[in-house]
Amino acid sequence: MSALGAVFRREFAAYFATPIAFVFLIIFLFSIGVFTFYIGNFFNNGTADLSVFFGFQPWLYLFLIPALAMRLWAEEKRSGSIELLLTLPLPVWATVLGKFLAAWVFAGLALALTFPIWITINYLGHPDNGVILASYLGSFLMAGAYLSIGAAISAATSNQVIAFVITLVVCFLFTVAGASAVMDAFQGWAPPALVDVVSSFSFLTHFSAITAGVIDLRDAIFFFSVIGLFLYANVLIIDMTKSG
Amino acid sequence: MLEIENLTKRFDAVTAVAGLTLSVRQGEVLGFLGPNGAGKTTTMKMVTGFLTPDSGSVRVCGHDIGSDTLRAQAKIGYLPEGAPAYGEMTPREFLAFIAGARGLHGDAARAARDSAVAHTGLDGVMDRPIETLSKGFRRRVGLAQAILHDPDVLILDEPTDGLDPNQKHAVRELIRSIAARKTIVISTHMLEEVEAMCSRAVIINRGRLVADGTPAALAARAPGGRLDDLFRALTSTEEAAA
Repeated sequence: MSALGAVFRREFAAYFATPIAFVFLIIFLFSIGVFTFYIGNFFNNGTADLSVFFGFQPWLYLFLIPALAMRLWAEEKRSGSIELLLTLPLPVWATVLGKFLAAWVFAGLALALTFPIWITINYLGHPDNGVILASYLGSFLMAGAYLSIGAAISAATSNQVIAFVITLVVCFLFTVAGASAVMDAFQGWAPPALVDVVSSFSFLTHFSAITAGVIDLRDAIFFFSVIGLFLYANVLIIDMTKSG
Repeated sequence: MLEIENLTKRFDAVTAVAGLTLSVRQGEVLGFLGPNGAGKTTTMKMVTGFLTPDSGSVRVCGHDIGSDTLRAQAKIGYLPEGAPAYGEMTPREFLAFIAGARGLHGDAARAARDSAVAHTGLDGVMDRPIETLSKGFRRRVGLAQAILHDPDVLILDEPTDGLDPNQKHAVRELIRSIAARKTIVISTHMLEEVEAMCSRAVIINRGRLVADGTPAALAARAPGGRLDDLFRALTSTEEAAA
């Protein structure tokens, strides 16, 4: 555990040692404000809920989370510090998990800083705060899923730009897997079972189920499974780098 | 102590290390010599558990690096080639991270840090980001990190590369002062360095051991009585033959 803590603290502090943390927080909060109030017409909806606010989050994550994840391993590989990290007496899983948790807690911090919107909606009306809480948790889980994908891809390259672009593409596919355009492409020829499998991988489907107030444990399990799967892939990729 | 047995590593078609067997005792300072590309760095990466060998084994104080990795790594202090570090951290933060990762906390961590800092002369730069330090200081941060937990085995990949003569002297003094209690392996190109601080030297070429002995005994094998001559004779003739 102390190994995990050491990696976590170093990684979390690294966000704040450079302007990354502040740039990320400002851009995240600014864009979510623009999306919610201007594009989403928050005040003219006439409903006291945060569906507009949460509806834009997957698309915002799509661009911002890869930026948060890209440096996790690629930077270590480029600078050579990975050699130091992997020769410390730390289990690989603890290093992988410590890095991921640092990024996830940072994403959680960004999400938590959107609380003025929650205060605003409670001031203006009587929203269902249970649904809002579930949506926040769902959003946090989805951010974790995007991050785990980005961390694993970052471990496979020493170039942060490549890590960013590939993560963006993979996350995009996971996001839209359930969209009607994608479904149409499959529906013509694929057996219905396969169509269901593809659409069940969609982040959007699971996330919108949560934000609609349908609290189903299966949606949470889905995001935890994605996180677990990609962290495991991350460990395998690190083991592969060790064999040269 | 350190036991390397039949260690082999291939990268695609190139055999970097070919069946290297070597054992280093406590109190020995081993100069690990060879031309560029001879397999020195690859060997050190395998000894420290960064690279997995294709075959062969490494035992560090009785712990196998492949099957008992964490216990073996806990015994090793390692300065990788080029002394990588986290550039945005200060030496104080960096050494605190290394201490935490090595399971040192509180007073033990502070005592270890103070001793490593005193040995490497880092006092003046403890709160400056590592990326703003000179090459010499960065190398010393790497050394401080390697000796922090008072390891039994020290693996130093070119510890004096890029240092000025005064800094080189300081590193030699440091190694001399801790040598009796430790097993130390130093890779270097600088043969005069081997004569100055090593009790034993091995020369490797194309991943194989080609000479092993005290620096004086090795030097005596060359007609001119100089280590450079033996080094050149052993490592360039093989190249010509191949």
